[in-house]
Amino acid sequence: MLSVEKVNTYYGYSHILHDVSLEVKEGEIVVLLGRNGVGKTTTMKTIMGVQPPKSGKVLFFGEDIAGLPPYRIARKGISLIPEDRRVIPNLTVYENLKLGSLVQGKVKDLDDRLQNVFGYFPRLKERLGQEGGKLSGGEQQMLTIARGLMAKPKLMLIDEPSEGLAPKIVQEIMEIIQKLQRDGVTILLVEQHAEMAMRLSDNLRAYVIEKGEVRMSGTLEELNCRIDEVVHCLGAKI
Amino acid sequence: MISDIPLNVILMQLFFGLALGSIFVIMASGLSIIYGLLDVVNFAHGAFAMLGAYVVFCAVSLSGNFAVGIVSAIVIVALIGALVEVVLLKPLYGKDPLLPLLLTFGLAVAIPDVIKIAFGLIGKAVAYPAAFSGATKVGPLILSNYRMFIIVFTLAVLISLWIFLKKSDLGMIIRAATQDSLMVQVLGINTSRIWTIGFALGVGLAALAGAIAVPMMSATPDMGVEMTMGAFVVTVVGGLGSLGGAIVGGLLIGVIVAFTALVAGEYSNVAMYFCMAVILLIRPRGLFGESGRE
Repeated sequence: MLSVEKVNTYYGYSHILHDVSLEVKEGEIVVLLGRNGVGKTTTMKTIMGVQPPKSGKVLFFGEDIAGLPPYRIARKGISLIPEDRRVIPNLTVYENLKLGSLVQGKVKDLDDRLQNVFGYFPRLKERLGQEGGKLSGGEQQMLTIARGLMAKPKLMLIDEPSEGLAPKIVQEIMEIIQKLQRDGVTILLVEQHAEMAMRLSDNLRAYVIEKGEVRMSGTLEELNCRIDEVVHCLGAKI
Repeated sequence: MISDIPLNVILMQLFFGLALGSIFVIMASGLSIIYGLLDVVNFAHGAFAMLGAYVVFCAVSLSGNFAVGIVSAIVIVALIGALVEVVLLKPLYGKDPLLPLLLTFGLAVAIPDVIKIAFGLIGKAVAYPAAFSGATKVGPLILSNYRMFIIVFTLAVLISLWIFLKKSDLGMIIRAATQDSLMVQVLGINTSRIWTIGFALGVGLAALAGAIAVPMMSATPDMGVEMTMGAFVVTVVGGLGSLGGAIVGGLLIGVIVAFTALVAGEYSNVAMYFCMAVILLIRPRGLFGESGRE
């Protein structure tokens, strides 16, 4: 579905991603692991077109989308759930969700989409009229994922959904991500809690990123065979 | 001094102030929308208002109908605005923030010159529309029908603008993009087009202000200078980027100018700046401004 081929991304003159390649197949959860500041978020931004690569390809269903503006990449069916959440604070929960549905223009099945989203996030239903900025951190994270889902994306890029949240809410969000994958949404996930992320699914694959390069990749078992290297890169077990 | 002035004169002046303030409010709303959405301080705002006034002059000369004049002013100037945004402003985004400022400043000088070449230096008068000429006696007051029309019409414009921003999808997108345009783009919306629409809407409002002002003050090439300054003072008083601020600030400044004109005519413009200075000292972000932007 998604195949990133040797992308190099820069912020100004600083070279962030070095020949990063990765692949996500339909229906999979793929996790990007790595310490802070190694380029995980930049990888997400590169795929989404927010920080386009200087070289390399981003193939989505075989079509190179590198260099397209973010809104056109969104229209191809990719949805980015950014790490800083970016709920629109002055818009109500309902408006935030509706905004998420407008990717291809006005939709006829808005109510169906809302019901679908409430299936995952029943709490948002009670908050519909509240301003996004007034929600708690956990609720904002839920709203951000829900807003992304309103577009009915083929691929969701979820960046650090657990950041700054209480363990109980993190657990809740992880279960929702699990449920999303079971329901057929393909997911590329950036997550600091490596141990937790690796147990989201049985056949999950991960890429370990260090200093803007992919160091290794594989399933939980494959990575556990090289656990010393993994610990070296992450400073933690998986 | 004020206590010597009879009540009906004070009420009259309040009425004048509200009518003048209404024009400020429409100007400042447009300025506010443009600043909020594009982060562009539109120094050419008054020049677009002046264009609106000249479109009214042309349209009324041709059709004899004031309503046709107002509609054509909004439509034509909004289209010119869209063109300006696409051709001149777009290439400047993401570069030095000074550049859009210099561009609009340049337009504020250039547009009046073009009008001087086309229409000459002498102002063009437009008669009051027949339906609103004359005056009506309300209690002890004799109120100009046209000024009453301006106040009511402004109210209608503001309500429509509010409904558009609050209830329509496009309005919702504009509000969202005002807050976080990158996120709105990530959600699949072509924000570049939203900026064009926002700029066109903003200068369309300026044109509307110029259009309704023209029967009272006639269209002159340099009328925009004062209108820009007025709109800026109102926006600074009300708070940059705040629509509610534009409304309260506009009416406040209108009334202050009108009352100063009553007691010390030569200081009416000074009063406007004085009021701005006082508000800036007490509350630097303006009455309704947000405390700061990222």
